[in-house]
Amino acid sequence: MKRKPSRRVAVIGAGLSLFMRRALDTGKELAYYAASQALQTAGIRLKDIQAVVMATAPDAFDGVHMKGEWLLDGAGGVGKPYLRAYVGGGSGVFSIISGWMMVASGVFDLVLVVAEEKMSSCQPHPQGAFLTIFDHIIERPLGPNLLWIFSLEQQRYMAAYGIRNEDIALVSVKNKHNALAHPAAQVAAQLTVKDILDSDVVAWPVHRLMVSPISDGAAAVVLASEQVARRLSDRPIWIQGVGWCLDTSYWGNRDLAYPRYVEKAAWMAYEMAGVTEPRKQIHVAEPYDPFAYKELHHLEGLQLADRGQAPEDLARGRFDRTGELPSCPSGGLMGVGNPIAAAGLMKVCELFWQLRREAGARQVPGNPERGVAQAWGDLMQIGTVAVLGVR
Amino acid sequence: MSDRVAVVGVGAVPPRPLSVDRSYRELGFESATRAYGDAGVTHQDIESFISVCEDFHEGTSITDEYTPDQLGAVLRPVHTIAGDGLQGVAAAVMLIRTGIADLVAVEAHCKTSNILTHEQVLAMALDPTYERALRVTPHFVAGMEMRRYLHETGSPEDAVAMVVVKNRRHALGNPVAAYGGILSPDDVLASATVCEPLRELEISPNSDGAVVLVLASEEAARRTPKPVWIRGVGWASGSPWLAGRSWGQASYAGVAAEMAYRMAGITQPDREIRFAEIDDTYAYKELQHLEAAQLAPRADVTRMVMEGDTRRDGRLPVNPSGGSLGMGYCFDATALYRTAEAVRQIRGEAGRAQVAQATTGLVVSWRGIPTQSGGALVLSAD
Amino acid sequence: MARTRAKPAIARAQAPPYVPLRGHPLNEEEFRGQVGSTAWAPRLEYAWDAGVAISRFLDGLRQGKIYGVRCRRCGRTVTPPRAFCELDFKPMDEWVELLDTGTINTFSICYVTWDMKPLRVPQIPAVIEIDGTSPRVGFLHLVGGVRGRTVTEIRRQVRAGLPVRAVWKPPAKREGAITDILYFEPVRKRTKK
Repeated sequence: MKRKPSRRVAVIGAGLSLFMRRALDTGKELAYYAASQALQTAGIRLKDIQAVVMATAPDAFDGVHMKGEWLLDGAGGVGKPYLRAYVGGGSGVFSIISGWMMVASGVFDLVLVVAEEKMSSCQPHPQGAFLTIFDHIIERPLGPNLLWIFSLEQQRYMAAYGIRNEDIALVSVKNKHNALAHPAAQVAAQLTVKDILDSDVVAWPVHRLMVSPISDGAAAVVLASEQVARRLSDRPIWIQGVGWCLDTSYWGNRDLAYPRYVEKAAWMAYEMAGVTEPRKQIHVAEPYDPFAYKELHHLEGLQLADRGQAPEDLARGRFDRTGELPSCPSGGLMGVGNPIAAAGLMKVCELFWQLRREAGARQVPGNPERGVAQAWGDLMQIGTVAVLGVR
Repeated sequence: MSDRVAVVGVGAVPPRPLSVDRSYRELGFESATRAYGDAGVTHQDIESFISVCEDFHEGTSITDEYTPDQLGAVLRPVHTIAGDGLQGVAAAVMLIRTGIADLVAVEAHCKTSNILTHEQVLAMALDPTYERALRVTPHFVAGMEMRRYLHETGSPEDAVAMVVVKNRRHALGNPVAAYGGILSPDDVLASATVCEPLRELEISPNSDGAVVLVLASEEAARRTPKPVWIRGVGWASGSPWLAGRSWGQASYAGVAAEMAYRMAGITQPDREIRFAEIDDTYAYKELQHLEAAQLAPRADVTRMVMEGDTRRDGRLPVNPSGGSLGMGYCFDATALYRTAEAVRQIRGEAGRAQVAQATTGLVVSWRGIPTQSGGALVLSAD
Repeated sequence: MARTRAKPAIARAQAPPYVPLRGHPLNEEEFRGQVGSTAWAPRLEYAWDAGVAISRFLDGLRQGKIYGVRCRRCGRTVTPPRAFCELDFKPMDEWVELLDTGTINTFSICYVTWDMKPLRVPQIPAVIEIDGTSPRVGFLHLVGGVRGRTVTEIRRQVRAGLPVRAVWKPPAKREGAITDILYFEPVRKRTKK
């Protein structure tokens, strides 16, 4: 896909709910909080919205079949063209890609994008929703759980490049610290590498404090066509490029050391954005960090660090908020929380605020003009990438 | 640059009550192979792939994981819409119109026979706090809607039965239909009551199936042998709550059709639409959708059906393929089967099921109970 | 398209993250006892058709064999078998009987159940590259026949690159399932006298 899109799309408003371990609020209510805040900051009302995209991950969390239908009133979808895009953990960033398609096609001028997750309903533990992500015939009988996937991938990544757990633990430290300045944060904390490694081993090499939490929460953005964006907003943030890529379901036939599908998605977005040297032209990054090692894995896939070198870059401060390439200045999933689909869109909201210099105590210094947000999911399979910029 | 999009390839496996010999991957591979061959393209020519499926239909969380291989889409831009087949088509249309892709495939599949506890799955779609506790067959939603529709329109149950008769008979002329048959209205009305006034023969029977469509930009379409143009597409959702919805009308279909007509520049649908493939998951829905899509005023619908206007040889053929009642109901793949059949009609490839001068057709889809979500698609020969 | 009426954007000072975000967090006690809730235990049962390729694979397992399949075009030999090559998009029909030995590509030592309860004896999931396939082709299974329960003890016996062998259920107990292989155990070197 080498051609550039013919129409430009901007983000003109963003909103979040709190991210919580267990919310009193229903999924519909959480979606409503985020959506109404996004509309408010865009200076428009729901009736101005012409279409709605919803991203929300496994229906098994809520115990509601076709839960996209059930949630649509909270997302403002009644009476409107509404659809749900669902690519597992990649959904949060894919939601903005889906919304982008709607506006860049010329069919709609104003689209509301909502991402919601309420994991706490799933009993006895939300991880149960992931029991059935594995192949029904040749994997499920082995009794796999979600942690296996991450620990197998982390172990492969460490073995391939000689990375130590101490290097990975730094991600938890950085992101939980960054999240202290995030108003939605669920698990912000000031911790040390020792704290991380002292936490019990859940599935070696993964320690408990390297795992993002179960969360309930929602995020939303408003997208506008160029003409409408210029009329409504004094500081629209442009979607310069989007990319997405899904690898084979035969994950045992792939090398887990490197997320090649993230690379492909990233180049698709970079090419659309006119980015030829990501390390110079990307000023702030929000890679997906459901587990600590994933931020490093994804930074490499995003071409922002050499393969196997992200831990070293992290250790010398390159990815700190005040470093050369701030990564997860929001605090990421490790610090803010992981309501799966909402977490990805939270990262897009962060770029929106960072690029408008509205991120308050989380603001990265200097004059960031372009950022990249990335999400990941399925069986270590999908990369969804969005490049946002001030021009 | 043109904004026109066409359907240039269609591939489907004949829907059947069982498909024990093949896995969903193998069915998908066949439907994709057929579609790409039909379009004269390879899997590498396709630039993006859109799948329409639902976790609880597959029995797999994040069923998106299992979409790329059988489409030849490994390491390509693939995404899943947990929604209606026509939402998948709409997404493909919009993606092409962004200008970044010329060829996009849309797929949907369902092995309904692999779902053992159907009613439990359907019941899971009801609101857990207010609606699910009723613990009656989920078809009650359709029963209640049918009751209200009959009441508001004054339609006799015979008109609903006639839809079944018509569609099952149409299916006899469709070589890929699973449920062709010759029934009389009495057969239908004598069948077991599922949830009064809904009868068993008025519920489309399940089948397994898989469909792939290939959509193309105008530039790419002109290089393929048989483009069928998408003049307009629309989709909409009404309230998910059972309480407070307008039970008698399929307002979501009205909004969707209106959006499609506006895009197509159609101002008099009842004159400009030559035939329609319309969701008939339950027989009464065909009538309700006909009205919502402005193909017949409410007062005329009964007469049209009883007098044969909606038969294949009538003034406004509806479901010449046999619809879901005649072909089988395939959950997420149903809307794409309707679309595939409409495309065949416009190409003149429908054989014994062919409608004469089928130049412009309408597809109307619905996601099934308890949703109020559906889509509309206007297709034409040029 | 509907016309949009412009309204002045909310002053930046009130924009997030400055505005209090909404949500009512509950602690576990509140969640379990003090708020209204509805419970539902679904009965969701499926019987999946294994299809041509996997049926044959499962038959092979029943006979104590691991099958793979080879693509004539790209030359890959892969397992688990499939009816078509997902890369070349062509039918794949050259069946190969593989060995029941392999190499560990990656592994983990899992101390919790799916609902986060502690496991006394940890599970050792792994990706096993099966001998006879193309490089780095494998599938998920378990490692067994390993002494000890701590990470240190287990890591002395299990590592990436370790040769392993399938330990099968006795023939009478096999069902034609992936669990006909109980686990893969480390291949022990014969000690020289």
